[in-house]
Amino acid sequence: MLLRLLLSFSIVIFSAQASARLEILITEGVNSARPIAVIPFKWIGKGPRPQGIADIVSADLQRSGQFNPISIDKMPKTPSNSSNIDFSLWHDMGVEAIVMGEIRPAREAGKFTITYELLDVVTGNMGMPEYSPILDKRRFTVEERKFRHLAHTVSDYVYEELTGEKGAFLTRIAYVAVDRKSTHPYQLRISDYDGYGEKSVLRSKQPIMSPSWSPDGKKLAYVSFEKRRSQIYVQNLYTHKRELMTSFTKINGSPRWSPDGKELALVLSKDGQPEIYVLNTITKELRRITHNRTIDTEPSWTPDGKSLIFSSERGGRPQIYQIELTSGKTKRITWEGDMNLGGTITPDGDNLVLVSRHNGDYKISVQDLDSGELRTLTKTELDESPSIAPNGSMIIYSTVFQGKKGLALVSMDGRFKANIPAKNGEVKSPAWSPFLK
Amino acid sequence: MNLTMISKSLLIALPMLALGACSSNSETDAESTETTKAATEVAAEATADSTVQTDVVEAVELTEEELLVQEYTYAILETTINFAFDKSLIEPQYTKILDAHAKYLMDNQDKTLTIEGHADERGTPEYNIALGERRAQSVATYLENVGVSSSQLELVSYGEEKPVNFGHDAAAHAENRRAELTY
Repeated sequence: MLLRLLLSFSIVIFSAQASARLEILITEGVNSARPIAVIPFKWIGKGPRPQGIADIVSADLQRSGQFNPISIDKMPKTPSNSSNIDFSLWHDMGVEAIVMGEIRPAREAGKFTITYELLDVVTGNMGMPEYSPILDKRRFTVEERKFRHLAHTVSDYVYEELTGEKGAFLTRIAYVAVDRKSTHPYQLRISDYDGYGEKSVLRSKQPIMSPSWSPDGKKLAYVSFEKRRSQIYVQNLYTHKRELMTSFTKINGSPRWSPDGKELALVLSKDGQPEIYVLNTITKELRRITHNRTIDTEPSWTPDGKSLIFSSERGGRPQIYQIELTSGKTKRITWEGDMNLGGTITPDGDNLVLVSRHNGDYKISVQDLDSGELRTLTKTELDESPSIAPNGSMIIYSTVFQGKKGLALVSMDGRFKANIPAKNGEVKSPAWSPFLK
Repeated sequence: MNLTMISKSLLIALPMLALGACSSNSETDAESTETTKAATEVAAEATADSTVQTDVVEAVELTEEELLVQEYTYAILETTINFAFDKSLIEPQYTKILDAHAKYLMDNQDKTLTIEGHADERGTPEYNIALGERRAQSVATYLENVGVSSSQLELVSYGEEKPVNFGHDAAAHAENRRAELTY
């Protein structure tokens, strides 16, 4: 009854659980990755063995593009703790590290105690007592419904220990799905980064665009055409609360949260052509940033929050520029290719990720900001909307493959690639969440 | 649907309607009251006799669309303006359409026209919103130059979000680069 009531409006905000409709299919880059063994965690208890933790860790590590988990049937043994391990067996296979663990019922009913260990095979194989092969060892007590969350946490520890970089497995993606057969074809959805736990947080009869995560991961800013015109909204993902931010005449577009979570950079064309503005989300004070007779759009904050990157046609074809907010000093930062669009600076501030057009094809590319060198990362032709993982390791973007619009992943070095096709309809405009823990 | 297709279908439909109108005129509207009276008598007679029966047909009124065409030419029925890649320039073949709409808007000051700008999927969604608006603006500027009041025009750009052709080839792209006029 409530659902029917809501459906009579043009917009529905709901939170019914949907099954995973996105699945990551790795297309390139497994062979160059580091071999690792993720051994199924041993169940020490009665009844059926709780499933899945090692599978999820293994899939996470593989999808990072950095690791190549060996298959279970190739494992010489399946130990569950670090006492009494024959490291030479693993060393001979070229395995660099072993992830293992045990699951047992916790004292508290309905909960499980899970131990995990990460072992360095090279150190273990040397057999020198003063060097411990144990790189990491932890214990957790959780309910079974938290296993997936726990597995991503383990992946984060393993990844950070072995790469020195923070893992981004406990993150989510927001994206727009278009299912033309639905009564509300345009849907703003959120899933775990691996496609699980997908939920629609907004369904509309009119287009939805440009989701942007607040730095605390609790809110999304986006553009909605529900009033047959563009408007910018901010929606709290945990409370359903939705707030209208801008509804000026003509374009209200491209919102991006500032790193401090207080402001939104956005595009308005109320005064003529599209210009970049900054809106204080609390006081609603609006500052115009660019003054130019051509198109300025796609603002994105530098990690220090002091500048904006944006696309502009001031030099003819669109190229990417940077403006310092206090001084207004502007410089052009892309020079190669027919046109460059959709720029974002990586979290470390060293690179610019963008959509670069060469010979009519639009490809995800990365430019080293020091040297100016531009590298093309993808082979597809209609790439757009790149969004960077919060640890800077991976880019999620929208493209067309097999005649359908879908999402795809590429590692920052371009060696790892994966497709994330939509099971029904189309998916686009992905936005990778910040770290959620 | 493009202009030629609409015109063609109307060219077939209209003569048929005209024929219908002729025959109905000679039987009803054109006849005097006396004749009608006579006809009634004949009808009454017929009922009694039932050798002959007469009946009437409904008068043909032009549809709203036909009246519009009469006043503003077939061009008024066309509501899509297409554009070249990355361009917002109005090509000469579309001026007839815009002139028709301009005349309509000037004759009907209470009407508001919404100009929707659209782009193909190439390039980023945000840039395409800007391109779509430039196309809508280009149409608005043309109409204003002809004499339409800017207060009668509303602009909205949907960028690449509402394609009419869901394909990903050049033909689909060409069809999707457009401005749409809606009242």
